[in-house]
Amino acid sequence: MTVQSLAIGFTLNGRDVAAEVPANRLLIDLLRDHFKLKGTKRSCDMEVCGACTVLLNGEPVSSCTTLAADADQGAVVTIEGLCDPNGLSRIQQAFVEHGGAQCGFCTPGFIVAVTDLFNRNPSPSDDEIRHHLRGNLCRCTGYVKIFEAVKSLVPSAREGAMKSAATSQPSLMPITGKVS
Amino acid sequence: MRPAAFEYLRPTARNEAIRDVQGSDAAFFYAGGTELLLALKMRVLRADRLIDLKRIPDLDSIHLSEQGDLIVGARATHRQIETSALIQEALPALSQLCSQVANIRVRSVGTIGGNLCFAEPHADPATLLAALGARLHLVGPEGERVVAADEFVLGEFETVRGEHEMLTHIVIPPQAGPSSYRRFRHGERPSVGVGMSWRLAKGGKVIESVRIRFGALGPRPQSVEAVERCLAGVEIDNASDELAVVLPDALDALEVISDRHGGDDYKRHIALTLLKRCVADCREAAVVRRS
Repeated sequence: MTVQSLAIGFTLNGRDVAAEVPANRLLIDLLRDHFKLKGTKRSCDMEVCGACTVLLNGEPVSSCTTLAADADQGAVVTIEGLCDPNGLSRIQQAFVEHGGAQCGFCTPGFIVAVTDLFNRNPSPSDDEIRHHLRGNLCRCTGYVKIFEAVKSLVPSAREGAMKSAATSQPSLMPITGKVS
Repeated sequence: MRPAAFEYLRPTARNEAIRDVQGSDAAFFYAGGTELLLALKMRVLRADRLIDLKRIPDLDSIHLSEQGDLIVGARATHRQIETSALIQEALPALSQLCSQVANIRVRSVGTIGGNLCFAEPHADPATLLAALGARLHLVGPEGERVVAADEFVLGEFETVRGEHEMLTHIVIPPQAGPSSYRRFRHGERPSVGVGMSWRLAKGGKVIESVRIRFGALGPRPQSVEAVERCLAGVEIDNASDELAVVLPDALDALEVISDRHGGDDYKRHIALTLLKRCVADCREAAVVRRS
């Protein structure tokens, strides 16, 4: 069969981009091979592990099992779009402080999933954190450190840890960084 | 893994989509793709055309009809159903079911219609919808038809939907009592699922009739007449005791396939446990409903 080529355009980490893609091109391949954004990882390749998680129109998706065409006229945010290229988002910073990453392969997917969690629910309960992240697999940490990192960002836990700094509520706004 | 090449169409109206699906030998409707793309990547399915339904308006609407039926568009995602205030209020069992499907990424884009049409036996919605007496609306070249949820799934990956028919929406009639869905999950999919719906007599103290469906055990959701019969006419507080009279023997009637989710005796035992929990859920909801 002749390969159908589609002209697609979308916002990638806050920047307008365009590409010509065959209809069967997967979003992960477009991101990694065409746009050279290697933070998004292919692992299980069947929507189970979460390593390839990106935000598509604000929703977390497995980019390994999403067509590039689905991004057309939409917005994609990858791990690279969550903070300044030389900085860390508060979620990344919490993972660093709590030892939430070891080999690091699952980490971008976790960070994107946690970003989605806080975008929707600034004060998730312990159960809500676990429920939201049950589709992200990590074979190193045993999840406890990851959970503690996320938990540290929940306002009540943070207030407890920072009794003196009553005014320093964490930003609850969605993080929408950009690649420059 | 990458899918083989296919043509990709994005109709903006239902009749366009029905026309497009007829123009090829292996055309598939496509929405979330959480089942279809996996199958295409693994090359267990071949498509020469995908018809993306995401640009057709109103296919994901969730609302109440004038008759009080709950209408759920086939393209409503699990997450939309989970978070719908209307469904949380009118049918919490369905909202709860959708909140537990697979993982957050699958729930974000995977649709209830896609789940039903793919007819993977290890899935949740078909079981509860059959217990609720839901009706599925299909539109095809010959017009519209309505199929009872009980009649929709024929077997593993097989439904009564014609290849040129589109599932447009699901109609769930008003429920005259509480409902519950419980599942036991192995990995991303249910090993066993039990859906239950009670019709309460006036006053809310007596169960008039019960519909129960057991899912994921065999090729399609199943009912067990002896279990439904034993609960009919029973006071809600006696339901668990009445159930104990017929269990576990009544569940021998279930067709249970042994697979990587477990052996048949193990799954039957889980079904029994979930059944008891559904009864407890419904009783509790009936008490709350009455007060």
